[in-house]
Amino acid sequence: MATFKDFRNNVKPNWCPGCGDFSVQAAIQRAAANADLTPENMAVVSGIGCSGRISGYIKSYGFHGIHGRSLPIAQGVKMANRELTVIASGGDGDGFAIGMGHTIHAIRRNIDVTYIVMDNQIYGLTKGQTSPRSDMGFKTKSTPGGSIESALNVMEMALSAGGTFIAQSFSTDLKELTSLIEQGIAHKGFSLINVFSPCVTFNKVNTYDWFKENLTKLSDIEDYDPSDRGAAMNVLMKHNGLVTGLIYRNTSQPPYEELVEGFRDEGLAHQSLTLGKEQFDKLTAEFM
Amino acid sequence: MITHLSWKVGGQQGEGIESTGEIFSSALNRLGYYLYGYRHFSSRIKGGHTNNKIRVSTNPLNAISDDLDILVAFDQETIDVNAPELISGGVILADSKCKPSKPEHSDAHLFSIPFTEIANSLGTSLMKNMVAIGASSALLGLKPENFEGVVKQIFGRKGDAVVQKNMDAVREGAAYFEKEAAGTGISFKLAPVEPEKRMFMIGNDAIALGALAGGARFMPAYPITPASEIMEYLIKKLPDYGGTVIQTEDEIAACTMAIGANYAGVRSLTASAGPGLSLMMESIGLSGITETPLVIVDTQRGGPSTGLPTKQEQSDLMAMIYGSHGEIPKIVMAPSTVEEAFYDTIEAFNLAEEYQCPVIVLSDLALSLGKQTVEPLDYDRIEIRRGKFDPGRELPELEKNEYFKRYADPGDGISERVIPGMKNAIHHVTGVEHNEQGKPSESPENRRYQMNKRMKKLKTVHETFPEPVYADTRHEKADLLIIGFNSTRGTIQEAIPRLEKDGLKVNHAHVRLMHPFPAEEVRKLMAQADKVAVVENNATGQLARLIRMETGAGNLETVLKYDGNPFLPGELHHACKELF
Repeated sequence: MATFKDFRNNVKPNWCPGCGDFSVQAAIQRAAANADLTPENMAVVSGIGCSGRISGYIKSYGFHGIHGRSLPIAQGVKMANRELTVIASGGDGDGFAIGMGHTIHAIRRNIDVTYIVMDNQIYGLTKGQTSPRSDMGFKTKSTPGGSIESALNVMEMALSAGGTFIAQSFSTDLKELTSLIEQGIAHKGFSLINVFSPCVTFNKVNTYDWFKENLTKLSDIEDYDPSDRGAAMNVLMKHNGLVTGLIYRNTSQPPYEELVEGFRDEGLAHQSLTLGKEQFDKLTAEFM
Repeated sequence: MITHLSWKVGGQQGEGIESTGEIFSSALNRLGYYLYGYRHFSSRIKGGHTNNKIRVSTNPLNAISDDLDILVAFDQETIDVNAPELISGGVILADSKCKPSKPEHSDAHLFSIPFTEIANSLGTSLMKNMVAIGASSALLGLKPENFEGVVKQIFGRKGDAVVQKNMDAVREGAAYFEKEAAGTGISFKLAPVEPEKRMFMIGNDAIALGALAGGARFMPAYPITPASEIMEYLIKKLPDYGGTVIQTEDEIAACTMAIGANYAGVRSLTASAGPGLSLMMESIGLSGITETPLVIVDTQRGGPSTGLPTKQEQSDLMAMIYGSHGEIPKIVMAPSTVEEAFYDTIEAFNLAEEYQCPVIVLSDLALSLGKQTVEPLDYDRIEIRRGKFDPGRELPELEKNEYFKRYADPGDGISERVIPGMKNAIHHVTGVEHNEQGKPSESPENRRYQMNKRMKKLKTVHETFPEPVYADTRHEKADLLIIGFNSTRGTIQEAIPRLEKDGLKVNHAHVRLMHPFPAEEVRKLMAQADKVAVVENNATGQLARLIRMETGAGNLETVLKYDGNPFLPGELHHACKELF
């Protein structure tokens, strides 16, 4: 049985000291070990940005693609070999700005990929510009007078897009985060886990202290039922999205792979490439 | 009796014009005639003039014709638009419902036939096209029974009664025409041919079938004219082979999803036209730097932007070769017949895996949508080669903290490829410059090493590529060499005998491998001719520029057409003649 150490490599992350992403990396490694995965049967696909580097910091197959496109790449990997555990990851700019089209459609398509967003409400790698997750009035290099666009409530959006596993966490809560990632991996279908992962260098508003003050744990809400979509929407609206825990899970919706006609349990990558003569003759005869 | 003729059916879009042509030509194909069909259509669903022009011959052909023998018209607009194409003594078969009249000065024979009325008397006006097919068949000296097989195939699912009604419509159309034409001596009786089972397909069918035969099992794609038929065919067939098609949210998703699937070991393609290819450019670069195999079909249409979505053009050439920022190894191939589209698509998957790079199969609207008779495809020519990739290979254990050297250069620049799931093969893949293990590295030494490794990979493509240039060098020393690519091949082949009749010695070269460019072959062919004319459906002479750049040749003439329509053999004949 693998331990989280099996998912470590010797690459030193180039994240700033104190960056929330360190804990996200640790949580993924622990969840992978807890889920009894092996490094060679796991693929981490990531986007571009500080957080996008994560696929290079975890010992498993890793694909660091292009900005905003981690999800289509990850879905392609999963369709090609459903025997693999596929994790997609990236930042809030990657997933909710340039890649938003893919995020919404990955949510409704429901291919079995676990998507972990490291949400710091700012663009870090480009040194401090606004993000779709930045609050109104948030001052950055690209919004010197304060942002005049409203922040996107991604959890509400995921819920209305038909998400089957929607969760949110805070990078300091390693225990909850690890558990949510584990549950996301176990979930049959697309799972979205948004993680508040503070940027200690460029975001001086949404700091660790700020989150501690403003976040509500769903486990502290009496009788909260994550299978109740209406309750999920209500709690998100009531707390302006600032909740952590499993927000919503729908186990009755089968994943995309199970709905594809003729799709086999064996990974497509292991199946035959050849066409028999008889099949070929049948196919060509259809054009005669 | 005649050996070839051209027939056109026209009316309002949404009126069944396409299916009329389809039924007519499928039946003739089954009789053993060679067919070539080209649709004139607009980017809308209902309304607007549309037509389907079909050439019938006792011999193989792959070009549209200059003129028209028979016009079937469901409205007056069809007559007004298309009558000028008719030969002297041509025939118009028009629905009497539109009170048809001939344009002034036309010496065509007009037959007003109650297509709609006869169809109505049989139960539904929908069958007016079958009445028109009946009238056409009588004019060609065919029997209504010749259409029975196709009618059964199309309407069989709806039951015998529907089949019989449609056959009644064919018979009544034929009888009405025979009665009207009796004693006039008007006939386009086709010389009989031996019945022969040949395929009748569009280029996109051949590409899709080639993908299936070539081992492609996954296709993410976004609908677009004129590429959609490829995904539509594969979504029907792939489930039988364990695979599938995903209709993605856009072309960026289509391309990156295909990259993901190829990375994980499945032969995967996407297909689009100019607008989609423009969106894919960044991803093509990702395939290049990560050395992930990728096959993309570009069915060129009129550009730029939305351009002429349903019209012929060959203006993506430079974008396909040089598109995407930075420098990557890339293969661009351009089949020029439906048969080649089949074999070349298979080869594209082999090359993509052997060279671990993006391969673009360039087509154009006329090739992708032109429907024609195709000689039998050879099963024994299907070959799957995966290059330096063996998914079953057992690899030695890696040192602690070491990754598999996925990007090591063994000399030819092509590294061993491994996929997720394989033991002892873990490595990193990134669009950032990386070292042998795939880990990011910015050092100048590493940059040079990796750039050199990637850029030298394609050195051997010329040695293995099947026929980089199709060449008809009938003359050791020719007056003229005509060079083209993609769908102009048949048209050039038809123009050449006419030019030779005028006393010119003409050779023909069709470039099939656009990149890396077969400069040596083309240079040799050019040396065999006094003049070189490059024939292209674009305004800037992209192939001519490419030839100049790659061969250093200065003296090239260009024959260009960029009005949305394919070249006619006659146009090409005159344009080439004028060069002398």
